Amino acid sequence: MGLINQSCGIGAIKENFGKSQFSNADHVIALAGNPNTGKSTVFNALTGLNQHTGNWPGKTVLRAEGRYIHQGLIFKLIDLPGAYSLMANSMEEQVARDYLCFGRPDATVVVLDATCMERNLNLVLQVLEITSRVVICVNLVDEAERKKIQIDYHALAAELGVPVVPTAARDGVGLDKLVETVSGIATGRIETKPNVVRYKEEIEVAVRKLEPKIKKLIGEAFNARWVALRLLDKDQTVIAAVEQWLTRKDGVLTGMEGVVLA
Amino acid sequence: MCVMENSQDDYPANKIIRLWDLPLGKSATVNSIQAEGITRRRMLDLGMVPGTIVEAIRVSPAGDPKAYRVRGAVIAFRKEEAHKILINFKGE
Amino acid sequence: MSRGSLSTGLNELLKEANQLNPGGSLRLNDSMVSTIYSRAEEIAGRVVTREGKPNIDWDKKLDDILTSRFFGFPSMLLLLAVIFWITVAGANVPSKILATGLFWGQERLTELLYWLHAPAWVNGFFVEGIYRCLAWVVSVMLPPMAIFFPCFTLLEDMGYLPRIAFNLDNLFKKAGTHGKQSLTMSMGFGCNAAGVIACRIIESPRERLIAMLTNNFVPCNGRFPTLIALAGLLVMGVATSFGATIIVVGIVLFGIVTTLAVSWVLSKTLLKGVPSSFTLELPPYRKPQIGRIITRSIFDRTLFVLRRAVCVAAPAGAVIWLLANINIGGVSILAHAANWLDPFGQMLGMDGYIIMAFLLGLPANEIVMPILIMSYMATGSMIELDSLEALHRLFVGEHGWTWLTAVCMMLFSLLHYPCGTTLWTIFKESCSFKWTALAALIPLGVAITVCFVVAQTVRLLGWA
Repeated sequence: MGLINQSCGIGAIKENFGKSQFSNADHVIALAGNPNTGKSTVFNALTGLNQHTGNWPGKTVLRAEGRYIHQGLIFKLIDLPGAYSLMANSMEEQVARDYLCFGRPDATVVVLDATCMERNLNLVLQVLEITSRVVICVNLVDEAERKKIQIDYHALAAELGVPVVPTAARDGVGLDKLVETVSGIATGRIETKPNVVRYKEEIEVAVRKLEPKIKKLIGEAFNARWVALRLLDKDQTVIAAVEQWLTRKDGVLTGMEGVVLA
Repeated sequence: MCVMENSQDDYPANKIIRLWDLPLGKSATVNSIQAEGITRRRMLDLGMVPGTIVEAIRVSPAGDPKAYRVRGAVIAFRKEEAHKILINFKGE
Repeated sequence: MSRGSLSTGLNELLKEANQLNPGGSLRLNDSMVSTIYSRAEEIAGRVVTREGKPNIDWDKKLDDILTSRFFGFPSMLLLLAVIFWITVAGANVPSKILATGLFWGQERLTELLYWLHAPAWVNGFFVEGIYRCLAWVVSVMLPPMAIFFPCFTLLEDMGYLPRIAFNLDNLFKKAGTHGKQSLTMSMGFGCNAAGVIACRIIESPRERLIAMLTNNFVPCNGRFPTLIALAGLLVMGVATSFGATIIVVGIVLFGIVTTLAVSWVLSKTLLKGVPSSFTLELPPYRKPQIGRIITRSIFDRTLFVLRRAVCVAAPAGAVIWLLANINIGGVSILAHAANWLDPFGQMLGMDGYIIMAFLLGLPANEIVMPILIMSYMATGSMIELDSLEALHRLFVGEHGWTWLTAVCMMLFSLLHYPCGTTLWTIFKESCSFKWTALAALIPLGVAITVCFVVAQTVRLLGWA
């Protein structure tokens, strides 16, 4: 029982999530999305055969990485496992969430299925809680057209506060714009102002109390609001990860260990 | 069958029943989830929050599971799970 | 700052978080999910407009057939049958071409070594041992793998595979496992190692392990040739290929029943637990990217088969050649071992040579038959016979096979243990020696029991 989790414990992930392993790329981009949104089509279309697959450290979840070059810069694309949410209720969700939080990619592309916006927006809103460097890729627009669904992309971008790019990755439509926008976010040329979900007042009150203290403790390493919410939710995996991160930092401060993170 | 006893029994137009008992082709809204733990969290993740519209669309040729349309996606639930979801059903 | 002060800070934060949400009274998760979804609903309501209904709802029309009460199962079986047929029929010709080419290469290698005046054992060990085994595995496995998996990938890309799980889940629920196990089994028909990797789609660790431990009971492309040849032997002279097909189908069905039975036992004993939550999305059907899939999938399979041939089949070829060619007292080690194993083999309705062939075939199931023929003919290198008649003459005429021998060997081949690659994959996926060992021992136990019972019953009743 629980063998896979036991024998390949969560500790294994975070150690390998530092950015250093991607040092040969100029920018690291994460690709997130619900299952069945054509996320892998986007991944394949961007990276071509320039990719390799393996497992996430200590997990039997497939990890695919690829590379592409845009305007002389090397972009490394990490294909996160398909997930409906980031509540970490399955191994895929946990891997995706941990990477977004602890891997700290330079930009995150969230792929949406244009025929199923409402469900997909759930994931988008959760990603925006962790990181503001997000590009929304509304994929399968051709299929939405066939199903007579119309989407106002400008209104969507305004609602979310991050750029939106419509694509039909199967036919290569919209990918140039996507690459351009990703580059803008990663280099900081494009600034985003995500509209984060506000919860009911009791929760917001508690978050307001915790957030400054978390900022003081961990600095800008992780999104303090998000960590506050996870602490309130008693999310053991996040608590353990933060603890591990702090222990290392303690070690560095007292000169006991030479490991520098973040 | 399997109608929950409730105070509004005089109004057969709006009953609380189990999702499993929702006839194929009919829609209802989620009332509450009786499951706990991981099952509850997964159901919530799929968008089964109170007020969500669900439509029973098909049943497996083996009789179980049944497939429901929830927020634009088709999700199959086993009898055990669909029993733990209560819905407000407006009847025929 | 003293060591540990940051961690202390975290503990204080946790304490405070606890006070702010005493005993989880905020029902944070429920509330947050609800808020996020209602916000998603709000945004979608503002940006998405639908102009009436689409002309034809293809998803509904297709699902009305593919998951219907009357056509659900038949259409599924038909699809599987078509894929098998395409695989078996389509693999024949490329297999022959590959074999001819590779064995032509073997002759050239031998000539080269002869020209170099290399000692005989060099040619034996490297060419007849290692190269031949490698060539064998590649020519038997590559074509079916390169046909079977693209077909399945097409079904996956179209969105059909989750429907199989939807149709069959009830059966698996009764065995205490997940409907997605049907998908891992389907993959297993292609290659058990791929089937084991496919078990990742099963979220519950308990159900995933059961699926991994039982994947062996569906015969893979490496075992089908053996089963087909033995079935052919059984009906030779009585019926034609139709009879053999019925027997092979029967064996496959027996494998599926065994899978369910062993899964049921496991979920009641070693891997006890309640079935996990079953939530399966039935995605919309989509037009598959045929060209892309076929090229990609064939490319991947080819790499897989070649890597496996080099890592597994080549060393196996070396060991087999040594065993067959090192003589003690004028008899090869292989024959000594076979004689020693003979009483055990007889107990199971087979003989020592067959058991030895299965043992040596552990690295790759497709070499079991060639090893058996080699050891029967004492040739020293693996060979294949070009006709069923020749096989019949060797097995029945010279080595006293009865129909019981063929049946027991088929059963043993179906049940025995996963091949070396699959075991290695199970180890990598489970990170556990214990489960890897059980993945070999459980099927072995089942195989021995079934063969023993069948053999003893038949003999007791005087049928053979």
